[in-house]
Amino acid sequence: MGQGDPPHASIVMLTYIIRRIAQSLIVLLAVSMICFVIFQYLGDPVITLAGRYATQEQQEAVRESLGLNRPLYVQYATFLANAARGNFGLSYVSQVPVMKLIFERLPATAEMAATAMFIALLLGISLGVISSLRPRSFSSRAIMSGSLLGISLPTFLVGILLILVFAVVLRVLPPFGRGRVVHIVGTWSTGFLTLDGWRHLILPALTLGMYQLAVLIRLTRGGMLEALQEDYVRTAWAKGLSARLVIFKHALRNVLIPVVTVAGLQMGELIAFSIVTESIFQWPGTGKLLLNAIYETDNPVIVAYVMIAAVIILSINILVDILYGILNPRISYD
Amino acid sequence: MIKRLFHSRVLQHFFKDPLAIIGVLILFVMLIGAIFAPLIAPQNPYDPRALSLQDSLQPPLWMPGGKAPFLLGTDDQGRDILSTILYGCRTSFTVGFSVVLLAGLIGVTIGLIAAFYGGVLDAVTMRVADTLFSFSTTLMAMLLLGIFKGGGIPLVILAIVIADWVRYARTMRGSTLGVKQEDYVEAARAIGSPNLRIMFRHILPNAIPPILVVAAVDFGAAVMLEATLSFLGVGVPINEPSLGMMIASGKNYIYAGMWWLTIFPGIALIAIVLGVNLLADWLREEINPRLKRG
Repeated sequence: MGQGDPPHASIVMLTYIIRRIAQSLIVLLAVSMICFVIFQYLGDPVITLAGRYATQEQQEAVRESLGLNRPLYVQYATFLANAARGNFGLSYVSQVPVMKLIFERLPATAEMAATAMFIALLLGISLGVISSLRPRSFSSRAIMSGSLLGISLPTFLVGILLILVFAVVLRVLPPFGRGRVVHIVGTWSTGFLTLDGWRHLILPALTLGMYQLAVLIRLTRGGMLEALQEDYVRTAWAKGLSARLVIFKHALRNVLIPVVTVAGLQMGELIAFSIVTESIFQWPGTGKLLLNAIYETDNPVIVAYVMIAAVIILSINILVDILYGILNPRISYD
Repeated sequence: MIKRLFHSRVLQHFFKDPLAIIGVLILFVMLIGAIFAPLIAPQNPYDPRALSLQDSLQPPLWMPGGKAPFLLGTDDQGRDILSTILYGCRTSFTVGFSVVLLAGLIGVTIGLIAAFYGGVLDAVTMRVADTLFSFSTTLMAMLLLGIFKGGGIPLVILAIVIADWVRYARTMRGSTLGVKQEDYVEAARAIGSPNLRIMFRHILPNAIPPILVVAAVDFGAAVMLEATLSFLGVGVPINEPSLGMMIASGKNYIYAGMWWLTIFPGIALIAIVLGVNLLADWLREEINPRLKRG
């Protein structure tokens, strides 16, 4: 800032937030442009819709009805205006509005991802703390070896191994599907309210959470090992504070800031691996929808999925940045 | 400077770290198997004349019903699992090495230039890098390959590189910013060395150690990503070997108790990735001794 009185902290924060939102909008615009190009030039929808053996007139009629004859900038403007209103047109394959398809499947994905993240945060942070307290003990080494295995295991293999053990050999959990769901409101049906739903949720959520869990253990442990060496923690011990107070209030609290930040920034990974997990467990969510759309070149579905994923990832990033600033006042927004 | 880093003391540390040795041994065995696959493999699983449907779905040799040349059993096409794994590892290593080389080259150059010149160039590159990074390598590669289909292994490599160079660029930028302040860089500038010479002769060698760790981790990640993409059916085409695809086609048979179609290629995949990660862990501590493992 240099000369003059420093502006009030909340104003700095506000300009920062506005700038971040503006930047994100630019990114979204870029993503939308890429999506538009995909729409325009890849996988001719006319052949998909009219069929391979359509006559010239039939193809022309389809082209007309999709508005593919208008100038490019008009098409992009229309695309953008529609996208902003959440209108991505009809699925080429099922002829149903794309947003309807996605919103029907969003609850399944959201419930799986939330459960996975909950498992990963809870177990990851606790195991990370435990292994940092006595780093050379047997249990710490076991946790660290486990986490190394966790980051070396591809998600799809974790899923298959879990199916093999719990569904094929032990026969205690179902290998695929979402089980019985209860309709709540609108398109939202939940599996949280039935025992059957929970039984179906366990394996997919574990599969999706495993990698994040391994990453969080390592992050927490690394942060704790450094924090426990810091002067303020030594001072806390010297003051005779209880172990619980020193570990949780002084050390862990500071470690949690980067840990939670990283967990938030992993949103893209979470979405990517939800696609993999849904494919393994035949989970009726958005990831499965996307994969089918890719196999069938159903471009409107792919484009809508990409745009929604971009909005989610960018919003979470802004949120994490703001939270980071609130939790850690030493960070300056410039 | 790299020579100094890898002086004998480093090798001594290496031989004191059993996990690092195990990692290197695993990698060595897998690499030899992959390179000499056409010589070692009992069968060429991608030559239709070598296959016989009568040999399909045979269990491993030591199980009842196991058949002579098929040590680890066969798949539904009558392909020998061991041979298919050896050929699949070739794809894994090809993808791993190509991605590290290409993404490393691109990322290191961009990171170096951005940090050296700074200003608007730096700001814009890093914004782009941050954005790509938050969209996740896996998601980007998956979407790229979902849209551009049928390009074979080169396209898989390209998709991973497009999504992946960011890791190198970010690390290189950070380490260049640190090295840039050093006295010997100032000295080189003072005697009038041209920018290119300062960048590649003085900064690059000193900024490279953290890149080695990124490269090791990234190798494992690239191998894993190729397998994941092929598992989903958007990676390597079906007439080419891939561990991920083996696992995908074997998945349907686990309900019938035929576990060897998925478990053996799975073990091979984990071995490669675990081997690299063990090596990366050692490298990380060697370069940054503050992070001593317990």
